[in-house]
Amino acid sequence: MTKKIAVSIKGVSKNFKLPHERSQTLKRSFLNLFSSSARKYDVQHALRDINLQIEAGEFFGIVGRNGSGKSTLLKILAGIYQPSQGHVEVEGKLVPFIELGVGFNQELTGRENIFLNGALLGFSRTQIESMYADIVAFAELEEFMDQKLKNYSSGMQVRLAFSLASRSQSDVLLIDEVLAVGDADFQRKCFAYFKQLKKTGTTVIFVTHDMDAVREYCTRAALIDGSRIAAIGSADEIATRYTQLFMAPTSDGAVATVGGKRWGDGRLKYQSVSAKHVIETDRLEIRVLAHAELAVSKPVFGFLIKNAAGQPLFGTNTRLKRRSAGDIGAGEQIELVWSVPYIFSEGTHSVELAIEDDVLVVCDWWEEAAMFNVQRESRSPYLLDPTVELELNRS
Amino acid sequence: MKLFQALAARYRYSVILLQQMVKTDFKLRYQGSVLGYFWSLLKPLALFTILYIVFVRFLRFGTGIEFFPIYMLLGIVLWTFFAEVTNQGLISIVNQGDLMRKLNFPRYVIVLATAFSALINLGLNLLVVSVFMLLARVSLHLTVVWVPFLIVELFILALAVAFLLSAMYVRFRDMSHIWEVVLQGAFYATPIIYPINQVPDKYARLLLLLNPMAQIIQDLRHALLTPQARTFEYYFGAGWLRLIPIGIVALLVVISASYFKRRAKYFAEEV
Repeated sequence: MTKKIAVSIKGVSKNFKLPHERSQTLKRSFLNLFSSSARKYDVQHALRDINLQIEAGEFFGIVGRNGSGKSTLLKILAGIYQPSQGHVEVEGKLVPFIELGVGFNQELTGRENIFLNGALLGFSRTQIESMYADIVAFAELEEFMDQKLKNYSSGMQVRLAFSLASRSQSDVLLIDEVLAVGDADFQRKCFAYFKQLKKTGTTVIFVTHDMDAVREYCTRAALIDGSRIAAIGSADEIATRYTQLFMAPTSDGAVATVGGKRWGDGRLKYQSVSAKHVIETDRLEIRVLAHAELAVSKPVFGFLIKNAAGQPLFGTNTRLKRRSAGDIGAGEQIELVWSVPYIFSEGTHSVELAIEDDVLVVCDWWEEAAMFNVQRESRSPYLLDPTVELELNRS
Repeated sequence: MKLFQALAARYRYSVILLQQMVKTDFKLRYQGSVLGYFWSLLKPLALFTILYIVFVRFLRFGTGIEFFPIYMLLGIVLWTFFAEVTNQGLISIVNQGDLMRKLNFPRYVIVLATAFSALINLGLNLLVVSVFMLLARVSLHLTVVWVPFLIVELFILALAVAFLLSAMYVRFRDMSHIWEVVLQGAFYATPIIYPINQVPDKYARLLLLLNPMAQIIQDLRHALLTPQARTFEYYFGAGWLRLIPIGIVALLVVISASYFKRRAKYFAEEV
């Protein structure tokens, strides 16, 4: 059974002409008609020869570093930009979800904005009227509809925009990092909406930096690097490839200390680490101290435990734990104590530590930062050896 | 019927968008001002008062033309409409740059929306003109049937210019200054405050009346107020010549539409 292709991108390239100087005046373009140096601009290749087929019902992730061209690709899909070469075929109605609240007018009331924004999404007045109550209820803004939008908090505006946008009926939905905004409650709503989309079989193209979201929702993904598609594969593969991108020495990081075992730009670095077995609680305690050379916005601290064979057993980070340390200023120190159940098999284990900033630039990645030796009375052939209670009743 | 349904389906989105944009534009225009919508009436009336005092009272323009003050007011109202559509149209695409970069929708709707909200103003202003006509006891002739057609011509002309300017302004920011000067010159090159029969030279008159704005204004005055408003036809006969101003409008429409259509694809990146 061949699946229907929902979006087909064929040989798409996009070049932007960047003028050397601003020549947006008639005089210049008039003069340029006669001068030999008429074409004084740099050509920036935002995308080169992109080929991609997205099947109907797929939840397709597009990931890449800032400036890799993924937003340009999204805008070409949405029909906002014209490709310089190649073309895009879309089967059915495509709704872009590039930014929430586009076209919101601060001087209008919430109610008026619903109709205006609804029109931009293609809803007629009567259609909006029939779902007006639902939209307002979902956004939880019943009391505020007759107030001007400028009196709304940003969170309220986002809620209203999302509530409206999630009504749009489309065959293909483009989503660009809308999750980056809103509080935890709002994010839950977004995720619930995504789950529902997945169930109803809407084709979704999802551009994000959030690899956890990619792993959780996407069926497939593509990694864009340097204006080209670097890889297409399963969500897991691509998420891993993406993370690896940041392990390479950063070209702009002056203080990058690239070695076999430790790298990162060094803005925020681990100073000390200890991993020891606490007998009383039978837990492993990993105690780390990090020092900030420069300010880092909302760093994420993580660890990974590997066994003697180098197999990763498990790990987590402060983002997954939803515990942010907030922005760290230059010269500040931060201590973290991780406590995990002592479930290891016999052998030498290593602790790998990492700090990334909020856009996943690695500050410090430290393999084998600490080692600990586990001794058991009996050897287990398995990766883990947790305490297992047994109750046996024989009558 | 089939064709109508197909058209309705094709332009459904544009129509919905247009309605909301015109509504928003109209709501926002005088928001926070005490007199609100009255401003759209007061502004041409104020201009009229000034010009009336200077040109009719002091300089004695238009003696021998019946209803000359209303004649002048009508000219001002029509010119105000043209100026509003082109001025607002010129900046409309650039002003909505943010929207343009984030959403794909028919770009012409933006220019159309500014034109329609100016049309509402024109309607209000013409209402004022008709009140004056009633007070002055102007008797209507059968020529009044031409009025809607002339208004449509005016609308199309203003829209064609606005489309051309709005697309050019995205690339050439000089356009706003150029247009400001051109519009000022054109105000005096159009027989608005002076009657055309005071222009002594025959060729100068021809040149003036080739301007579609002059043709529209004179024809409307002729149709509504007085046969003393001299039209193109009066001077140059009922031959093919009189189709020249309309031909100019048609040419403008073709040029403007093709230019706008070609450029519209790139508004998002260039704006």
